[in-house]
Amino acid sequence: MAKPVYSGGRHFQSRLTCITENRWRLTDHSYNANVWNAGMVHMDREQVFHAEGLTKVYPMGDLEVKALRGIDLDLYRGELVVLLGASGSGKSTLLNILGGLDSASSGEAWYCGDSITSASLETLTEFRRRHVGFIFQFYNLIPSLTAQENVAIVTDIAANPMPPLEALKLVGMEARANHFPAQLSGGEQQRVAIARAIAKRPEVLLCDEPTGALDSRTGVVVLQALERVNRELGTTTVVITHNVAVRAMADRVIEMTDGQISSVYVNPDKKTPAEISW
Amino acid sequence: MLALQRKLFRDLWLIRSQVFAIAMVIAAGVGVCIMSLSTWKALELTKDTYYREYRFADVFASLKRAPLGEMQRIRAIDGVRAAQGRVISGANLHIPGFAEPITGLLSSLPQAHELNQLVLRRGRYPDPARSEEVLLSDALADAHRLNPGDQLAAVINGRYRTLRITGIALSPEHVYQIAPGAILPDFKRFGILWMPRRSLERARDMDGAFNDLVVQLSRDADQARVIREIDRLLMPYGGRGAYGREDQLSERFLREEFGQLKTMAYLFPLIFMAVAVFLLNVVIQRLVATQRENIAALKAFGYHDREIFRHYAELVAVIASIGILLGIALGTWLGKGLSNIYMEYYRFPFLLFSLPLDVLLLVCPLALLAALGGSWRAVKGAADLPPAQAMRGELPVDYKASWLEKVGVTRRLRPDTRMVVRYLERQPRRALIAIAGLSLATAIMMVGSFQMDAANFMVHVHFDVTQREDVQLGFTEPVAQKALGSLRNIEGVRYLEGYRSVPVRLRNRQFHERINIQGLQTDAQLQKVLDIEFRELRLPPAGLLLSERLAQNLRVRVGDLLQVEVLEQGQQKVQIPVAAITQQFFGMSAYMNVDALNRVMQEGRTFSGALLQLEPGTEEGVYRELLDMPRVAGIGVRQAMLNSFNDILERSLLTFTFINTILGGVIATGVVYNTARIAFSERARELASLRVLGYRQGEVAYVLLAELGILTLLAIPIGFVIGHHLCAFLASQLQSDLFRVPLVLESRTYAMSALVIVVSSLLSGWYLWEKVRGLDLVEVLKTRE
Repeated sequence: MAKPVYSGGRHFQSRLTCITENRWRLTDHSYNANVWNAGMVHMDREQVFHAEGLTKVYPMGDLEVKALRGIDLDLYRGELVVLLGASGSGKSTLLNILGGLDSASSGEAWYCGDSITSASLETLTEFRRRHVGFIFQFYNLIPSLTAQENVAIVTDIAANPMPPLEALKLVGMEARANHFPAQLSGGEQQRVAIARAIAKRPEVLLCDEPTGALDSRTGVVVLQALERVNRELGTTTVVITHNVAVRAMADRVIEMTDGQISSVYVNPDKKTPAEISW
Repeated sequence: MLALQRKLFRDLWLIRSQVFAIAMVIAAGVGVCIMSLSTWKALELTKDTYYREYRFADVFASLKRAPLGEMQRIRAIDGVRAAQGRVISGANLHIPGFAEPITGLLSSLPQAHELNQLVLRRGRYPDPARSEEVLLSDALADAHRLNPGDQLAAVINGRYRTLRITGIALSPEHVYQIAPGAILPDFKRFGILWMPRRSLERARDMDGAFNDLVVQLSRDADQARVIREIDRLLMPYGGRGAYGREDQLSERFLREEFGQLKTMAYLFPLIFMAVAVFLLNVVIQRLVATQRENIAALKAFGYHDREIFRHYAELVAVIASIGILLGIALGTWLGKGLSNIYMEYYRFPFLLFSLPLDVLLLVCPLALLAALGGSWRAVKGAADLPPAQAMRGELPVDYKASWLEKVGVTRRLRPDTRMVVRYLERQPRRALIAIAGLSLATAIMMVGSFQMDAANFMVHVHFDVTQREDVQLGFTEPVAQKALGSLRNIEGVRYLEGYRSVPVRLRNRQFHERINIQGLQTDAQLQKVLDIEFRELRLPPAGLLLSERLAQNLRVRVGDLLQVEVLEQGQQKVQIPVAAITQQFFGMSAYMNVDALNRVMQEGRTFSGALLQLEPGTEEGVYRELLDMPRVAGIGVRQAMLNSFNDILERSLLTFTFINTILGGVIATGVVYNTARIAFSERARELASLRVLGYRQGEVAYVLLAELGILTLLAIPIGFVIGHHLCAFLASQLQSDLFRVPLVLESRTYAMSALVIVVSSLLSGWYLWEKVRGLDLVEVLKTRE
C-alpha cells in the first residue's frame, strides 16, 4: 500500500491543482476494504477526502473526552454529504479536522492524496486558503464589515475568486450588499456567510449546522443556496446537522454516534430543499 | 482598500473612546518627551550660538591689581588666542523708590572685537568722555522698568555716584544673572553695569591696571597648562586662581540646570510611556478576547498567522500614531511655552527654538516600538489562537469555593457580593492587571507634586533652620573684629555675628573644587550647620565641615586630609582634616571655625562680612545706613531671597510640575476608564442575565461598582509605595552641585493623587451605571451559548 507522502507546501499545492485537472483519475485506495466503500455508487469517482482510524481526545482536567473513536471515511468530488448525529457525537470535530482547523490525536486523513494530519500549520493554512470554504452555525460574519466586504475578506486572499457581488447574487443577497451584519436577519446573515465561503470557488464546502440557528422557512432558503452551489459549481459539500429533515437533499447520509460512524445511507431520490420542511 | 483594512478602521471607530483614551496617554508621554527635549535642545543651541557669536571667553581669572603691561606676557602664553584685562568692581546700587539694597557688579565695557561682547537691547553705548554714563543689564532694568535716560545711584569704592543709563544690554557672561554667593537669581536686587574703561579705572583707582582677566584659547590649547601659566604670572598680583568656562558662575549654573532639564526630559516620558504601554497591552488583550470568533473565521478562511498578527499590529500602530501625532503637536506647543518661561530666567538675546528632527526621529519610532512591544503578547496571542479553539469561544472559568469562603469569611455576604469576591479571587491575573494600572496611575500623580513638596522642604530647611539672619552683608576687604562695632551701633540692629569667607581650591588627588570656606563663630546663632540627620552641628575647634555633595565630588570622608590652596593674599597651602559632613540642599559649602580659619590665614580675628538680626520695622533705615558705609560691598536680604525663590519656583518649576500633573491625570483617567470599560464588557452577558432574573439596575450596577471600588481601594496604597520609589528615583537623578533634592512627600501629595484616582473611578462608575441602564437584555442573551 502506497501512502501518499507529504513533502512540502508547494508540492501539496501542485498535486492538488493537478488532481483538479484529472477529474476522473482513479486513486489507488483499493486496499480499503472498509464497509462504507464496499458497493459504493461513487467507486468510479474521484476521492476528495480519505480518512483512516481518526481519533481525537480532549483532555478535560483529569479526564479525557474521546470526541472521535476511529473514523474511516471517503468523500467524493461533487457529492453532497449530510453528517447527522446528536450533540457531542463528534460531527464538528471530524469536520474541523478535515478542514484543517484542528489536529487528530491519531489516525490519518488525506485530501486528494496529500496528508492533512501530518501537514504543518502553515500548509494547513494554505490548504484552507485555496480549497476549503467554511460555513458556521453562528455565521461568524465580521460585524464591522458590510455583506460585500465580508465576502471581500475572502476574495482578497484567494487565487481565482469570483467578484463578491457575483457570490452574493448566487445566494440572492446582492440587494443587501451594503448592509452590515447587524442590519440583516439570521437567514440573510447565513446566506452572506455562504457567499463568503463559495466566492473563492473552493473544492469543498464544509458547513457546521448552517441552519441550526434558523427557522424552517429561512433554513430552506439557506439550503437552497447550498444546493445551488453544489449543483452549479460542483463543489463537494459536507453539511453537519442534527436536523433529520435535511437528509432528504443529500447524496449520502453519514450518521455518527458517540465518536463513531454508525451508518451510511445512499439517498436514491434526492429532494430539492423546497420539498423539505421541519 | 482591502476588506481587512476596512475592518481595521471600522474596529477603531467602534472602540473610539478607548482609542482616544490610549492615544491621549501616548500623547502625554510623547508630549512630555518632545516638550522637555525640544526645550533642552533649544536652550543648549541658543547658548552655544550665543557664546560663539558674542565671543564668550574660555578662561577667567580675578586678581587684586596688575599693571596692563602684564597683558603682553599673558597673551604670549602658548594656547592663548586673545586676552583682555578688565576692571571689575562691586557696588551697592540705589534705585529711586526701592528701599531695599541692590547688589551691583560693575565691569569695564568691552571694546569692539574684544571678548564677552554685549548685546545692546535698547539705547546707545556710553560716551567714553562722560564718566556718569553706563549700560545696565536688562533683567534689573525690566524688574524696575528702567529705560535709557533714567538715573540710578551707586556706591563705588565708598563714593556715592549718580549714573545715567544710556542703554540696556545683555552679556554671555551673565545669562544666569546671579549675585556672587546667592543661590538663585533675583532680578530686582542684582544688576550688572558696564562703564567705559577710563571711567571705571578712575572710580576704582585702577589707572593703567586690571583686576580681572578673560582669555580665549586657541583650538588645540591645553587649558590646564594655560591656567597654570596664568596662575604663575598673576601670583605676585594677588591672583585668585584662574578657572575654565566650566567653573564660570553663569555657565556652571546653566550647565547644572540644563542637566536637570535633560534628566527630566528622559525620565518623565519613560514613566509615562511605561504606563501607556501597559494600558495598551491590557486593552489589546481585551479586544482580542472579544474578537476570538472573528479571528477563528479569518483563520478558517486561510488567513495566515502573520496576516492576523499584522492586522492587530496595524491596529496598535494606528492608535500609537494618533497618540504620537497628538503628542508632537502638544509637545511642540508646550515646549515653545516652556522655553519662553525659561527665557525669563536665562537672559538670552534670542531663542533658537525648532522641533529638532533628531528628537522626532528618536521619540516617534521609540513610542511606536514601545506600543507594539507592549501589545506584543496580546497581538501574538491573537495570531496564535488555534482556529478550532477560537471557534469554541472562551471556556467558562472554573469557579470553586474560595479559601475566603472556606474559612467562612464570606458566609454572611449577599450573593451579589459573593459574586464580586469570587470574580476577584478566581481571576487574580485580571484583578492584578487592573490594580497594577490603577496603582501606576496613582504613582504618576505623586511624581507630579513631589517636586513641589521637595522644594518647599528645601526652602524650609534653608531659610527657617539654617539661615536665620535678616540681612547678610559683605565687606569690600576683610576687616578686624572692632569694625563690627560700627554696625552694632546702627539703630535697629538687634544682634550680629561676623563671618570670614576665604576663596580656596580644595584638592584631593585629582579631584578639586573652587569654593569659599565660611568661617563661623563657635556659638553662631544666625547661621546653623546641620549634620546629615538634620541635627544642629556644633562647630569643632578645628577641621573642615563639607556639605555632602562637596565631599562626594572630592571623594573624601570624615578624617581624610584635604589640601587647601588659599586663593587670596598669602596663597597658603595647608592640609586640613575633614571633621564632619553637613546636610545642605542648595549649592556646596565648606565651613570652619572662624578662629581656625584666621589661624590658617595667619591673621588676627578678621571678618569678611556679617549676619544681622533687625528689630521689626527698622529695615529701611538700616539698609540706608548700610549702603552709606564705604566698606559694605553687598547686602543680601533674607526675606527678599525667599520671595524671589518662591517666585521662581512658581513660574518655572510649578509650570513644569503643573503640566506633568495634568498629563499624569490624563493617564490616571485613561487607566481607570479602561479598567471600568473592560470590566463591563467582560461581564455584560452575566449582568444582563441578572437583569432578566429580576435584579434592579442598582443591584446589577453594584456588582460592577463594588468591584471597581475594591480594585481602586487596593490599588491606592500600592500606588503610594510605587510612587514613593519613583520619587526616590527621581530625587536621586536630580542631584546636582546646585541642588540636592530631598525625598519629601507631604500628606497632601498622597491625598491629591488618591483623590484624582477616586474621582476618575467615580466618573467611570457613573459611566458603568449608564451602561447598565442601556443594557440590551435580549440582544446580549441572544449571542451564542
